[in-house]
Amino acid sequence: MRKTSRFTTSVLAFGYAFLYIPLLLVVVYSFNDSRIATVWGGFSTRWYGALWQNDQVLDAALLSFRVAFTAASMATVLGTMAGLALARFRRFRGRTLFSGMITSPLVMPEVITGLSLLLLFVSLQQLTGWPGQRGFSTITIAHTTFAMAYVAIIVQSRLAAMDESLEEAAMDLGGRPLRVVFDITLPLIAPAMIAGWLLAFTLSLDDLVIASFVSGPGSSTLPMYIFSKVKLGVSPDINALATLIIAIVTIGVLIAWLATRRTRSA
Amino acid sequence: MAGSVNRDNLWQRVAIATPYLWLLLFFLIPFIIILKISLADPVIAQPPFTPTFDEQGALSISLDNFRFLLTDDLYAITYLRSVVIAGIATLLCLALGFPMAYGISRAREQTRGLLLLLIVLPFWISFLLRVYAWMGLMNNHGVINNTLLWLGVIDAPIQMMYTDIAVFVGLVYSYLPFMVLPLYATLERMDLDLVEAAQDLGATRTRAFWDVTWPLSRPGVVAGCMLVFIPAMGEYVIPYLLGGPESLLIGRVLFDEFFVNRDWPLASAVAVVLLLLLVVPIVILQRNQARDAEAAT
Repeated sequence: MRKTSRFTTSVLAFGYAFLYIPLLLVVVYSFNDSRIATVWGGFSTRWYGALWQNDQVLDAALLSFRVAFTAASMATVLGTMAGLALARFRRFRGRTLFSGMITSPLVMPEVITGLSLLLLFVSLQQLTGWPGQRGFSTITIAHTTFAMAYVAIIVQSRLAAMDESLEEAAMDLGGRPLRVVFDITLPLIAPAMIAGWLLAFTLSLDDLVIASFVSGPGSSTLPMYIFSKVKLGVSPDINALATLIIAIVTIGVLIAWLATRRTRSA
Repeated sequence: MAGSVNRDNLWQRVAIATPYLWLLLFFLIPFIIILKISLADPVIAQPPFTPTFDEQGALSISLDNFRFLLTDDLYAITYLRSVVIAGIATLLCLALGFPMAYGISRAREQTRGLLLLLIVLPFWISFLLRVYAWMGLMNNHGVINNTLLWLGVIDAPIQMMYTDIAVFVGLVYSYLPFMVLPLYATLERMDLDLVEAAQDLGATRTRAFWDVTWPLSRPGVVAGCMLVFIPAMGEYVIPYLLGGPESLLIGRVLFDEFFVNRDWPLASAVAVVLLLLLVVPIVILQRNQARDAEAAT
């Protein structure tokens, strides 16, 4: 074992404390009986009960999950195609533009993506009458567009690291390219596709700014609902909601981590 | 045989054309529309801007919005403030992130995975809620002030919320993982024999760090800094929730120009100028990634 200096160790400790203490306090205060969120008034779980009876929260959460599920699935299909195209089809017309368009959404500020898509939807509506109402469909399209970039990058880097000889062998043995893709390539990149889907799902659930631009009146996603409440200050029911999200994410990530660790050591 | 060849060709074409068309329609064309509207004038109508071609079919565009952005002090100052604040936040992230990434890369193998997981985990938890968590901490009656009052360190609460300090805390907190991960990737790949060789040849630990470790970790530093700086420039949520009303950042100005003032052409022009400011860091990032990918193979 190499020696790490005392300086490095203390910065690490400070860094992790910085990352986790705020989250920990949200969890603690979600069990606070007091209505004033920063004064401790005894242990209570009443904010969780209130959450369950709040139709606005449930509607917003439902919309968010529907959008995230659809957008992640569409992004995985489109992103896998794009990743395959970039990694395996070396030359085609407009390749430079294509790879530029794939990587740009990753670094584009959200306000610009949101504004540009809203202006597109408004223009489309003038020209074709669609989308008559902005909501589920427009948010899903917007999320698919930025999430497919992440899927494409993950799939592409997996393909780049992968040995092409399996695919070549299958081709040499007379397999047609389409069969080879479905029988050899796709099973091999399945872990990358799953990782991409999960990332796309999380990014979609997390997005506030783009959804605020492209949604219409009456359709609020969960982050939009939370933002409208949080603007007014700290509130105990948001603490409860945050704690639920932190718990779900932590359990999910831990399970995924343990699973990958086991497969790696096996 | 001919039939199957055609079908395979068809598959290749579909795999390229589907994402291609999607991106053209939902990524490239929207930018052309932004550019088009930034050259229009605002009117009270639906939609609230003048058409690019008037009734006679003549081209009707104006650079008024851009002229306004350049001459109005508020916008010039806001752009400058955004660059400065995003820049300082990037340096703070680097100052905290580098020793963290260094410590993780030098930790024992078994702990390394867990330490990395703990860096990534907050990233999966809602961004908005992580910013919100700081509101409860930095309030005048928040946890930090209450603790300091109770300890007797201060007599009156320190104003932290709605100041630039709060914005820095929010930015560093939210973007720290983007700094640590690329730094870790470079540091972990680094050949440690080089550092040992430098020390064997008589360099002190500090000297070996600045002459060997630091230059070798440049790709990670560049990637991390760009990944923090670019989104921080357009940030809307953090200045809105944690910053004061006078501490304007360009992302918030764009949002308000669009939703509050309903001046779509000016909001589009703000977006075009922001994009122009970001072209340089984006190109640096992509060049860096390409060089890094080449070096890896």
